[in-house]
Amino acid sequence: MRNVWIIMRRELAGYFATPVAYVFIVIFLALLGALTFYVGNFFERGQADLIPFFTFHPWIYLLLIPAISMRLWAEERRTGTIELLLTLPVTMWQAVVGKWLAAWLFTGIALALTFPFWITVNMLGQPDNGVVLAGYVGSMLVAGGYLAIGGAVSALTKNQVIAFVVAAAVCFIFTVSGSPVVTEFLVRWAPESVVETIKSFSFITRYNGIMRGVIDARDILFFVSFMAFWLFANAVIVDLKKSG
Amino acid sequence: MAHMIEIDGLTKRFGPVLAVDNVSFAVSRGEVLGFLGPNGAGKSTTMKMAAGFLTPTSGTARIAGYDILEQPIEVKKRLGYLPEGAPTYPDMTVAAFLDFVARVRGFSGAEKAGRVKRAMDLTQLAEVTYYPIETLSKGFKRRVGLAQALLHDPEVMILDEPTDGLDPNQKHEVRNLIRGMAAEKCIVISTHILEEVEAICTRAVIIARGRVLADGTPEELMARSRHHNAVILTLADAVAAEAEGALRTLPGVATIERASAGAGNTVLAVFPSAGKPIAGRISDLFAERKWQAQEIKVERGRLDDVFRAITLSRAA
Repeated sequence: MRNVWIIMRRELAGYFATPVAYVFIVIFLALLGALTFYVGNFFERGQADLIPFFTFHPWIYLLLIPAISMRLWAEERRTGTIELLLTLPVTMWQAVVGKWLAAWLFTGIALALTFPFWITVNMLGQPDNGVVLAGYVGSMLVAGGYLAIGGAVSALTKNQVIAFVVAAAVCFIFTVSGSPVVTEFLVRWAPESVVETIKSFSFITRYNGIMRGVIDARDILFFVSFMAFWLFANAVIVDLKKSG
Repeated sequence: MAHMIEIDGLTKRFGPVLAVDNVSFAVSRGEVLGFLGPNGAGKSTTMKMAAGFLTPTSGTARIAGYDILEQPIEVKKRLGYLPEGAPTYPDMTVAAFLDFVARVRGFSGAEKAGRVKRAMDLTQLAEVTYYPIETLSKGFKRRVGLAQALLHDPEVMILDEPTDGLDPNQKHEVRNLIRGMAAEKCIVISTHILEEVEAICTRAVIIARGRVLADGTPEELMARSRHHNAVILTLADAVAAEAEGALRTLPGVATIERASAGAGNTVLAVFPSAGKPIAGRISDLFAERKWQAQEIKVERGRLDDVFRAITLSRAA
């Protein structure tokens, strides 16, 4: 655990040592503001909740999370520091979890900076702050899932552009797997059990439930095991690819 | 413990390419082993496997008695490793980087600070303490890598080209540093600078195409050179003409090569047969004939000769 913490701290400091962190946070907040107020009609709806705000999180993450995750391992492979890291007395899982946790915590920091939205809605009315909290929890779970995918993809390549594009594509598949785009295409020929399984992987479906305050243990379990799976895949890929 | 490093049949295959082919050798405390070979010979791959980074296709290695495959963490705790190219995190300052390594190595508080300071003193990094590593020159980067490798005062050190990119003064400092640590440690360095082997190594292993081709002290290897015990004479042209014939008939002399040294002088290189010393007989002959030589030099042997002979002959 100590090593996970040390690796996480180093990684997190790394984000703030370069302009990456600041650019990310500014773009994240600007996009979120624009979408919430203009596309989400935050004021015109006349309701004291943050649904228009949370609705856009998975879509913004789709663009921005791969930008964080692309460097996780690709950068280490490109600069050769992976050899340094993995010959220090740390285990593979400590390195994988430490790096992913740093990226997740960084997203958490960006998300925490959206607090003016929460203050605004509380000044304008009496929202159910439990639901708002659930929205934040759901948002973090989606971000964690995307980062776990992105970390594993980043371990596949030395090239950050490839890592970005592939991670965004894979995240997109899991985001929309419950939407008509996918299900109507499948339902014509695939057995219902397959359609249901694919639908069950949908981030949006599960997130929409949590965002409205319905915290179902099965959704939480889904996200946790989804992250665990991709982190495991990440460790396996790093182990297999480090020679190349 | 007999050997601090035991390389036991290490083999690495990358697809169809056999990069390292059944390499075995052992190194004891107090030894500095020079690992030599042409580029692409498998030096770095062998070192990466010994350091627990690459998984061998077959074979294993034991560092300080711990198997790299069975107890990798125990190995990594006892090993100081400088990877090829001395990679370090470019965004970090020297101080932050060494602090990170010290933490991962399990140090904290005053001991951590002391370890970092000692490593920076040994590698003369004090003046760049708070510089981001990416802004440093190649020589400083290499020294940051070295500082990282010796921070925990490891029993075993594996250094992949520790002096690459350093200027002559820095090379000298790093060699002194390695020599100073040599007595109580077991050190393997890879290099293609042959003078370095003569300067600091107690033993040299030469590999090419993934195989060990020679293993011995630098003196033993130099004894294989055709220059071993050769006598180089610088003589006035008149004396040289006379001496060459007499030298040819001297017992133990194999061949003589002549070259003009300019200014009325000639250089005669007298090669012995089977590397036996001939300097005594030559000086007796000169004393007897009352010849004067400007310079007489006995060669110890040339490592680059041996290196070329070994690595090229078997590669063909």
